[in-house]
Amino acid sequence: MLRFGLVLAIVMALYWLSLSGYLANKMLLSLGAISILLVLGLCARMKILDEETVPYLHSFKTFSYFSWLFKQIVKANFQVVKAVLSPDLEISPTLVKIPSTPKSEIGKTMFGNSITLTPGTVSIEMDEDEILVHALLEEMSDPNDFTEMADRAGWSVGEIKTPKIEGEG
Amino acid sequence: MSVIFAAAEAGNTASQVDWSGLLPLIINGASITSIFAGLFFVLGGTLGVLRLPDFFTRLHAAGMTDTLGAELILLGLMIQAGPSQMTLKLLLVGLFLFMTSPTATHAIANAAYQAGLKPMLGNYKAPDPSDIGKET
Repeated sequence: MLRFGLVLAIVMALYWLSLSGYLANKMLLSLGAISILLVLGLCARMKILDEETVPYLHSFKTFSYFSWLFKQIVKANFQVVKAVLSPDLEISPTLVKIPSTPKSEIGKTMFGNSITLTPGTVSIEMDEDEILVHALLEEMSDPNDFTEMADRAGWSVGEIKTPKIEGEG
Repeated sequence: MSVIFAAAEAGNTASQVDWSGLLPLIINGASITSIFAGLFFVLGGTLGVLRLPDFFTRLHAAGMTDTLGAELILLGLMIQAGPSQMTLKLLLVGLFLFMTSPTATHAIANAAYQAGLKPMLGNYKAPDPSDIGKET
């Protein structure tokens, strides 16, 4: 808990400094420090200083996952823009249930958000272990395509499982 | 471009060529390319919202403006801002868009689904313009 508090304080200090930009003004700096202490005190009283409030211990993994996700987003964007701008507008909307393998709540959130972030697929409803996904094109709705994303999303928030890295394509 | 040609004509030897105009040219070129690519995806998303047949398919087109459209425009602005505090702020804006836009999209989609709106399924093709207005 002390570790989470410390990490949260560092992250908030960096965030405050990057938004304020006044690095020499003593009054503004001390006001910033007071706000950080206030937030830390609130979090400690609410007893939410845990993995979920402070997911920054895995920042490196998260950002490397984002860079992988960004590649998928670019690919999907081209597919969707091609379908939308073609004169015939040939689409095949599909509903499909995808098993949601990440164990933790935050891993599931990451997975569901990644599906929605990729154009052409939107997560509509979440159950305990399944996500209902609406896909714009039928070829985007193959459940096997989602397993790699699910593995990587779980890995990015610190679940121990190493992702199967299939040939980059 | 004319800057370089003028510089090349003015100097007889390679050492006299003035390259000072080249860096701004590259920076502006990269940022303008990025912003225009972003605008292309925003335009694609807008046309998609207008052309697609039902609520759920329109969400996909709107998602396109949120992701590549907005991020490419932000990238273009970051290149313009150079290494400064503004770039850091733009980076944070991009990161927050990455987190919040799918949450909003999911909230809308989930609300529509809960309210009982049935998505249109199966193959769909845009009607031929000559058929529009005819009785079926």
